[in-house]
Amino acid sequence: MRRMKLGMTAAAALLACSLTACGDAGEDDDSPEVSAEDDCDGKFDDGTRMAELAEAGEIAIGNRVDQPGLGQQDTPDSVPVGFDIDMAKLLIADLCIDPESDSVTWTEATSEQRETFLQDGVVDLVAASYSITDERRELVGQAGPYMLTGQQVLVPADSDVESIADLQGEEVCAQEGSTSLENIEAEGAVGVPSASYAQCAEDVVNGTVPAMSTDGSILLGLAAQYDGEVKVVGPEFSEERIGIGYSKDYPEMCQWINDVLTEAFEDGTWEESFNAHLGAEGEEAPEPPALDECAAS
Amino acid sequence: MSGSVLFDAPGPRALARQRIYTVLAGVLLVASVVWVVVRLEQNGQFEYQKWEPFVSPVYIEAILVDGVLETLKMAFSAILLAVGFGVVFGIGKLSEHAWARWPCWAVVEFWRAVPVLLAMIFIWNLLGTDKDSSPYWAVVLALMLYNGAVLAEVFRAGINAVPKGQAEAAYALGMRKTQVMLTILLPQAVKIMLPALISQCVVALKDTALGYVVLAPGLTYVARLIYSNPQFGQNQIPTVFVVGTIYIILNLILTAIATWVQKRFVGEKKVLEVSMVGEDDPSARAPR
Amino acid sequence: MELFWEHREAIALAFAYTVLLFLFAGIGSMVLGTVLAAMRVGPIPVLRWAGTLYVHLVRNTPLVIVIIFFRIAAPKIDLKFNFVDVVIPTGVGDVRLNNIFTACVVGLTIYTAAFVCEALRSGVNAVPLGQAEAARAIGLPFSGVMTQVVLPQAFRATIPPLANVQIALLKNTTVAGALGVAEAFVRMRLLIKNNPAELWTLFIGFALIFVILVEVLSFISHRLERRVRVS
Repeated sequence: MRRMKLGMTAAAALLACSLTACGDAGEDDDSPEVSAEDDCDGKFDDGTRMAELAEAGEIAIGNRVDQPGLGQQDTPDSVPVGFDIDMAKLLIADLCIDPESDSVTWTEATSEQRETFLQDGVVDLVAASYSITDERRELVGQAGPYMLTGQQVLVPADSDVESIADLQGEEVCAQEGSTSLENIEAEGAVGVPSASYAQCAEDVVNGTVPAMSTDGSILLGLAAQYDGEVKVVGPEFSEERIGIGYSKDYPEMCQWINDVLTEAFEDGTWEESFNAHLGAEGEEAPEPPALDECAAS
Repeated sequence: MSGSVLFDAPGPRALARQRIYTVLAGVLLVASVVWVVVRLEQNGQFEYQKWEPFVSPVYIEAILVDGVLETLKMAFSAILLAVGFGVVFGIGKLSEHAWARWPCWAVVEFWRAVPVLLAMIFIWNLLGTDKDSSPYWAVVLALMLYNGAVLAEVFRAGINAVPKGQAEAAYALGMRKTQVMLTILLPQAVKIMLPALISQCVVALKDTALGYVVLAPGLTYVARLIYSNPQFGQNQIPTVFVVGTIYIILNLILTAIATWVQKRFVGEKKVLEVSMVGEDDPSARAPR
Repeated sequence: MELFWEHREAIALAFAYTVLLFLFAGIGSMVLGTVLAAMRVGPIPVLRWAGTLYVHLVRNTPLVIVIIFFRIAAPKIDLKFNFVDVVIPTGVGDVRLNNIFTACVVGLTIYTAAFVCEALRSGVNAVPLGQAEAARAIGLPFSGVMTQVVLPQAFRATIPPLANVQIALLKNTTVAGALGVAEAFVRMRLLIKNNPAELWTLFIGFALIFVILVEVLSFISHRLERRVRVS
């Protein structure tokens, strides 16, 4: 398979370059460097999940692939990038696994499947804009939060909508199966399900729908791409606390995740990553949020 | 019947009139194409940034290997399984035993009437979390059930289309039912069914695009990664254009194979008529 | 079963969308398909060529891509459907026929028309030669030959294949669900998400409603075929 891919790449590259100027898309990244720790012998207590993972040298992560700034992948084989991903990489590196290597399996985790993925052990950790809620904590473990955000509204630049309250009975777009969609309906607007947020934004620009709504961090990322055509408005009408998901079978992971996150908060990696992926030009990164206490295990 | 039976050979006045129509229609068509291109241009849809992924080696590889190859793999796995499904249920529907015939009939009717999308979501949820292969199998199995149900009808009709004397002669030689089916009827039926089989491949290939609702691999997956990448400035239109073109080319190749197979193995005459509840692909019926 | 009773209003509303999508796109595709078929068998080469190109392009493109085109690309070339904004209040919620609905109807129409055209063309080919010749002999022009003599008979011969095309359309309306119309597929997906334990019930229930709708359509087509059959 590898060999064949190399052959095809070469052929494709040749073809592309002969047809036109050679594109070089997909080769830049300004995330902070994360390199694996090199000594995990005796770092974790025997019998803990962390020790097992470090021993095996392999880990599976559930992540987003189509949310710029948070979790986004260039091609199906590449390592994803984004703020969520950086948090996952810190955890992976702490287990002495190289986050850029093939030892890490990145799997797309949708809103519908994140809990089942963890329960069935398909992935070891979920870092996929995973809001911490009481319902979810019944099913899986959630550590964090490492980011606080809230739902806002994205409208065309010339719109006089000021908040979700101005959109009673109007159509508002959000991703299919997301909490955002449910919140929109709860606020009295008509939810329009869409395959992706990129598609929603396109609908707003086109005037197909008057507005879209989801986490402010996602909206800011989209607004930046449209360069003044759209704006983010309104107070946050929900509070989302984004955390890392792990399986309830391994409660010891909670404290470990919190420790790694705390370290990232303190040594500036968290801020660096936030600025690289979500920060607007000339804006300071916010203070890192306070982590939830882990239940004594 | 050629078109000429429908209208007389044009006289001088008709010719003049036709020329006017031709010019009018031509102008209208060209004008609308130009208008579309100009509007897209004004919208900046031809900017290099939006098309960059389609000339970059990394993405071309992804489109070919993770896109086209995966899509073809899904389509062909689905068709192979569908053939098995079709043979079993097609023969089942021909069974002399009512207890075998009726369940087969019900299964075939059910899967022909259920939208593929519904089946896909159902199977996806049913398979749950079998790692990242579950979307793949959701697509393959849903397409297998639908295309298999259509093919069951094709098989039944194909076997019925084998001249009766063939089976009678085989029975006269003392062959048993299974033997007659396997050695006499099926081989002849397969020949009649080949074109219908290949055009069902076109249907399956097109329907793999529905896999995007279950996040299946393939062209639509690669497309989603490309158009949600901010680096390319919201290039949904170029992406849809490229992916659509790839599908059209793949399908035209398949259709060409179908036509060739038909000419080579079946000849022009023998045409299989099947009432298809499903997507009625007219290329399944040969030109008369 | 209780689940269905509990959500009967939402499910009915969802199927109302399904049926409306089907009706609008069904009528639209019949009209457009007939025009295309006339173009393809007509005397004007440019139109014949355009009709053939249309059918080959559309038939080989996945429906999803055709609808995505009208949802995303069309607004960029000023092809917007914002003038459509009808809200039909019902006891259980509004049925909104808006721009998204219209874009999906147009996509379904464009796609299905290619198949209608091919079905009709094969029907035209099935009309005995003598019919068209006799029509020409009494001096009818192409339009007269088609509308007075050939098409009425072609429609008769093509009822079964046309019915199949329309049944496929009914099932294809689910694709609009994936692009923003709150029809049956969206409702089923939502119900499954909220009641994962009821997966089998929900799927079989929704599937059976589709089976019934399909059977109704094929029943109508059989009756029509019987009625217009020349014996």
